[in-house]
Amino acid sequence: MAGTTHAVWTRKDLVGIADLTREEIEMVLDAAPQFGAVSQRASGIKKVPLLQGRLVVLWFHEPSTRTRSSFELAAKRLSADTLAVASSTSSSVKGETLHDTLANIEAMRADITVIRHSCAGAPHLLAGSHRSHIINAGDGRHEHPTQALLDCYTMRESVRRRTGNPDAVLDGIKVAIVGDVEHSRVARSDIHALLKLGAKVTVCGPSTLVPRELERYGVGVTHRLKEALEDADVVYSLRIQLERQAKALFPSLREYIKLFRIDAESLKSAPDHAIVMHPGPINRDLELSAEVADGPRSVILQQVTNGVAVRMAVMHLLANSGGAAR
Amino acid sequence: MTPDKDFEVESTVLMDRDALAATVRSLALAICDANPDIGELALLGILRRGRPLADRLAALIGEYTGTTPPVGSLATTMYRDDVRTGAAVPLLKGETHFDFSVDDRTVLLVDDVLAAGRTIRAALDEVMDYGRPRRIQLACLVDRGGRELPIQADYLGYSIATGADEWVSVRLRETDDEDAVLLLRQERRAEMND
Amino acid sequence: MSLVIANGHVVDPASGLSETMDVLVADGRVREMGKSLRGDETLDARGLVVCPGLVDIQVHFREPGFESKETIASGSRAAARGGVTTVVTMANTNPPIDNAGLVELVTRRARETACIKVRPAACATKGMKGEELTEMAELREAGAVAVTDDGRDIRSSAVMRRVLEYAGMVGLPYLAHCQDEDLSDGGTMHEGRHSMLMGVCGIPREAEEIRIDRNIRLAELADARIHIQHISTAGGVQIVRDAKKRGARVTAESAPHYWSLTAAAAMGFNTHAKMYPPLREEEDIAAIIAGFQDGTLDNIATDHAPHTRAEKDVEFQLAPFGIIGLETMLALTVTHLVKPGHITLERAVELMTLGGARVCSLEAGCLRPDGPADVTVFDPEEQWTVTLADFGSKSANSPYIGHTLTGRVKHVFCDGRPVHTDNR
Repeated sequence: MAGTTHAVWTRKDLVGIADLTREEIEMVLDAAPQFGAVSQRASGIKKVPLLQGRLVVLWFHEPSTRTRSSFELAAKRLSADTLAVASSTSSSVKGETLHDTLANIEAMRADITVIRHSCAGAPHLLAGSHRSHIINAGDGRHEHPTQALLDCYTMRESVRRRTGNPDAVLDGIKVAIVGDVEHSRVARSDIHALLKLGAKVTVCGPSTLVPRELERYGVGVTHRLKEALEDADVVYSLRIQLERQAKALFPSLREYIKLFRIDAESLKSAPDHAIVMHPGPINRDLELSAEVADGPRSVILQQVTNGVAVRMAVMHLLANSGGAAR
Repeated sequence: MTPDKDFEVESTVLMDRDALAATVRSLALAICDANPDIGELALLGILRRGRPLADRLAALIGEYTGTTPPVGSLATTMYRDDVRTGAAVPLLKGETHFDFSVDDRTVLLVDDVLAAGRTIRAALDEVMDYGRPRRIQLACLVDRGGRELPIQADYLGYSIATGADEWVSVRLRETDDEDAVLLLRQERRAEMND
Repeated sequence: MSLVIANGHVVDPASGLSETMDVLVADGRVREMGKSLRGDETLDARGLVVCPGLVDIQVHFREPGFESKETIASGSRAAARGGVTTVVTMANTNPPIDNAGLVELVTRRARETACIKVRPAACATKGMKGEELTEMAELREAGAVAVTDDGRDIRSSAVMRRVLEYAGMVGLPYLAHCQDEDLSDGGTMHEGRHSMLMGVCGIPREAEEIRIDRNIRLAELADARIHIQHISTAGGVQIVRDAKKRGARVTAESAPHYWSLTAAAAMGFNTHAKMYPPLREEEDIAAIIAGFQDGTLDNIATDHAPHTRAEKDVEFQLAPFGIIGLETMLALTVTHLVKPGHITLERAVELMTLGGARVCSLEAGCLRPDGPADVTVFDPEEQWTVTLADFGSKSANSPYIGHTLTGRVKHVFCDGRPVHTDNR
């Protein structure tokens, strides 16, 4: 519903979905299309000057090409300067604390710091005491807020297309999240966001990889894929990691595939209109068959495109709302 | 500009429905006179009210010449020059949207009121990011003065010098259920005695 | 020079005394307890409680090896502020206290720098490796009052059995830190909905309960005394209750944070809510309180574990486990146990004095004529807000900063010397 939102963004940082209100989530989703349009410009410059002269530092402790590239592109499309601090060269390897490394980055007058870290809570540690706007690009198993925002945006767009209703929302939409939920920050953020937006969430995976406590929050928990997919409007596949096998979390990839893989066969249990999503990178034919990944139900590539638009919206909201500790 | 709640707003009608329609017609005629080749003309209405005005102009141009130029919308929100001042940026006035290329065209920006000129500056930057028009021109219904940048309208309906507490409100039936141009003045309410 | 502590509500759990009277102190000892006593100086204790100096049998004073966190000197100041006049220090220092020379080091440093009584515990196994026994007889002779590998559990049941047998022979209680390291591996807080929300690995209750049960049974097998430290779970309390019922020689304690905070305190990645065992949930708090009420739990001990600010101001999973507790123990006991009516003031005093003293057979925790003049005077009604100024410890890793508590230590005497006076 363009043109009538009166909400004003007030947060200095984006560290998690858990703290956001439904209204705040919708502010990002409602702003995304404009930013997506920038990237779609057929001719001319795919840029707007909203972050001109500002510095966005990308501080990735954990290696990541896709998320980092997405943030970098988003920053550049907003005309910002970007600087990537790679984990292998950063001082943290030399024993410098997180706070000190960030202070060094801030001495370069960073306006926005995008941080990905293997420890849950690292962005929280920094957000309170540092000047730049902190965006959490993934902290351990805890949260990956921009992923959830782009996921919800993709789901909402899909529902609007399917129903022909440009104002359709996610209330009542059924989402099945399949895979290693326990270790997934994407799952946590998505669950927070979807519950706030009124969607119905079911998680499915081996009992060793799905926390039962989710039931307390109204999330359905099942270990049978068929049951999870039965009335799902969205099938969200999570990446399975081989290391988990070594830790006695499941016996073999073979058995995982048999029970939980999303492929043409298992999708037969899902309604015809169900879309298939994945945060990437995909283990083809492992958690998701190549056929489905490339098939007509998959919106995985749209997720990537939407990721840039959503991250542009987030950076603009954080840096241009005057609610900063400047 | 929104009035403070402690102030009363006094309004004077500068143009009624008929006067507004006549002004739009004469603008359309002036545009046709200055553009022998309507085929290369394209209109971009600056949201919100510039768009319905642009639609009306395009329809009239089509009536007069037989060729109706394409019309699009320009939001300009992402090109504002005050993003860094810390003022909360209004999120959406609608989106920039048009179906034609601006390259080698005469692009006519259409807006209801011209004042400081900053919105037009943002519009110029935005259009240039989409391509390289041959010419860019500006049509405005009302110029109320108070310029902060060296910008002028090529086609102007009405000009009035306004004071600090005054502003011009254009009302269009597409957005406000009536056609009128009003001069609004803000007066402090009489002080209440304790 | 004699001092009369006058008109206070004197509580001495050993004798069951609980009435308004005077206490006369001279030459480091309690001379007399009665009405209208006279002395050279008088301390007006009207409205205040006068009890034996508190006894905390689980504190970490970090000396030798970790002096930036705490020293015996600063730890004893922290103790004095909290009204504690006797502590039993844990042995997981660097190097760990596993030989007589190190026990002597601690007792010497205590003599030189401590304002209160410091009684060292020593390691049960060499280097705390859980493999070979330490020379417990010699350790006892050097001054150790207990053996413990606290900081760790002893993994091998066979070794634990021998530790208990040998300690039993030597007459030293084994203070048991109960933790199944495999089950708790990687965990940094209670396994439950908060750990799930925070995306951190959790420690299930069973990691503690399984070992409490194992360790008690091995103590029964060895016919030895065992003391279960820092119980955090309802299941743990029940296991102790059942063991006592069948006659096992077991005592048990819990620390103030386990009945005043839950796992929710860690939300937001608060490293001041990170300790082992972790904070649990409401039902565990209720069970611990019931354990104090029916005698299943014998004493309160803080597990005072100082860490520097820099060490705690890091990513949650990297922060060391532990919080300080000496300065807030009494207030937390009054606020969360006495004021709500769960236990009487007398029982609270017992838990903070005699309970711990008995476990380690210490000459402490009583107020009687000719006994040492270790006396704590506190205001059971005074409310105060915890600030950094209230800590005597070198470290400030406490989750209670900013909390308003009831119960304030006013005067503390150790061997008749005033070691702390409240200056608020």
